[in-house]
Amino acid sequence: MNTKENFGYTKGQLSILVLLRVLIGWHFLYEGIVKVLNPNWSSLGYLMDSQGFLSGFFHSLASNPNVLQVVDYLNMYGLLAIGLGLILGCFTQIATIAGMVLLALYYLSHIPFVGASYALPTDGSYLWVDKTLIELVALAVLFVLPTGRHIGLDRFIFGKNAD
Amino acid sequence: MEKENQHNHPAKLGRRDVLKGLATLPVLGILGYGVWKKERYTNLKNKELSLELDLGYEPPMLHPIPPPKDSRTIRLGIIGYGGRGEHLVRAAGFAHPSVIDEWKKGAKENKNDKRYEDYLAQEDLNVVLAGVCDVFTVRSKRAMEASANIHREGTDGKMGTPAKVYKNYKELLADPDIDAVIIATPDHWHAQMAMDAARAGKHVYVEKGMTKTVEEAFALRKTVEETGIVFQLGHQGRQTESYAKAREVIQKNILGKINLIEVCTNRNDPNGAWVYDIHPEASPQTIDWEQFLGPAPKVPFSLERFFRWRCWWDYGTGLSGDLLTHEYDAMNQILELGIPYSAVASGGIYFYKDGRDVPDVFQAVYEYPDRDFTLMYSATLASDRQRGKVIMGHDGYMEVSDNLMVYADPESTRYRNLIDKGTIKPENPIFTYIPGRKNVDAVASATEQYFAKRGLLYTYRGGKRYDTTYLHIKEWIDCIRAGIQPSCNIQQGFQEAITAHMATIALRENRKVYWDKDKEKVV
Repeated sequence: MNTKENFGYTKGQLSILVLLRVLIGWHFLYEGIVKVLNPNWSSLGYLMDSQGFLSGFFHSLASNPNVLQVVDYLNMYGLLAIGLGLILGCFTQIATIAGMVLLALYYLSHIPFVGASYALPTDGSYLWVDKTLIELVALAVLFVLPTGRHIGLDRFIFGKNAD
Repeated sequence: MEKENQHNHPAKLGRRDVLKGLATLPVLGILGYGVWKKERYTNLKNKELSLELDLGYEPPMLHPIPPPKDSRTIRLGIIGYGGRGEHLVRAAGFAHPSVIDEWKKGAKENKNDKRYEDYLAQEDLNVVLAGVCDVFTVRSKRAMEASANIHREGTDGKMGTPAKVYKNYKELLADPDIDAVIIATPDHWHAQMAMDAARAGKHVYVEKGMTKTVEEAFALRKTVEETGIVFQLGHQGRQTESYAKAREVIQKNILGKINLIEVCTNRNDPNGAWVYDIHPEASPQTIDWEQFLGPAPKVPFSLERFFRWRCWWDYGTGLSGDLLTHEYDAMNQILELGIPYSAVASGGIYFYKDGRDVPDVFQAVYEYPDRDFTLMYSATLASDRQRGKVIMGHDGYMEVSDNLMVYADPESTRYRNLIDKGTIKPENPIFTYIPGRKNVDAVASATEQYFAKRGLLYTYRGGKRYDTTYLHIKEWIDCIRAGIQPSCNIQQGFQEAITAHMATIALRENRKVYWDKDKEKVV
């Protein structure tokens, strides 16, 4: 294994990291596409469903139609852009940070704390830790172990030396 | 290659660079293909479904009203300014200043409190509240204060000319400067006042239950027809969009042969159980007890009877007149029920043993043999478990609330093919109507349905938020100007009253009650 060629990653490590990046990118991109394709999609219900110590903030986002519209657009196109960035390895680090910010907001609005109950049924059992939080930490892994300049368009944008 | 690594920007891109740079690009192709396939599948299924159902998502037509013939200001009178009377007058545009104060305070403390904002957004109906009458002086004074609040301001705001206060409702009706009256007294006064008003040439908005007795229902219908006044009965459910949409679902026979309709009332708080507050200033000095009693039996002054009149048969019409009527009117609007063939009823005073003689748990079952279905009403004032309104047919059932959800029956004959093909999944609605939603031919997603069921959708956006009571008053006013009858007119009201009375008689006389439709007689 040529460590220099692979930025110090083994071929296996690099492959897994890129796979993780692409899969998370897929998830973001598809969530974005679904929202853009649905003319009725709005973050309203989700925001109003928020519980916990930040729920007041999320409810206030929902209560103002202008703010809500901005939130809706940021979600739709934010998800789309982050998804594309992660899959293509294009401005990967920025996309990773943005993705973490979005996921942190999702997590904080719907923390599975003791006594929480949300409108949407979950696909499993969660206490404090849910898949949103895990996805967030997975993005953090990708941030500290970047791959965009190796496998990705960042190779053309920033050059292929270490990120 | 090794050397190039030292540069920030590679001067030359090798084949390897291009391959590595674009290595993940095919993923987009796969995702794109998947999205295309899924869209095609969903569109195909939706198309199959919409072809089968032929139902639109556009907002339904409510009661159509031609343009006004006369645009002069209409001068209103209010008779009975209790809780409901105050709400009706407020809906007409005259909120008591103290209510505005409370709303303003609420909005200041909580940005989400939109009561004042919504109220200001309500269109001005070009009416004045010119006369008020209540047998309790505290209330008539309060009504007068509300009437002057023409700028919809708080106690520190600029007031207009207050309404004239009448001690007796007959004086109010005799005033030529009143064009129309809202009657929100206890039920035992409804018919008499409405008839007196009609004979005095005033248009009438009267609260439900329309009359206290069967005889009164006939008499009032006759008077309204003879005088030709514009008459509206206070079932504001007539303004609920989803009911009008439900009517469309029925007309298109989506549910197949309907056999059972289930409607309910579930309340569990003293106010909902008619234990209304007793005002501290209430006394024989401030209440005209004789006028309150009117046609009712003479009994000594009683604060309980005055404020909590629904608890006594002497004044109210029980669960039947108070709440069954709303449910019945919703179904009558959707299904054109008319008066049932027969009624049985039962119930008792099981929770509020506070001296009342009107049951707090009540069931009524109506038969419609001509239509081959039963309408079942069930009510309790001491359990809040919501049971909803359901119309059940052989091919499907429909849950009616502010939203509408239509489901196919798993054993349906009509939808057998589509169920087998997987186009219809019986556990998911085949049609959802959520008012205010941008209903552009899209089936509501599962997420939307979850949020809609919890009332978390479209509270602030889309279809503007309206008070249905305001819309119902507005319809009456618009009809007065256009010279037509409103949606809950005397014919509808007559059906409502007779239907409710049949159940009350069945309960109180403990027998099965029939409607002889040829002789128009309750037997």
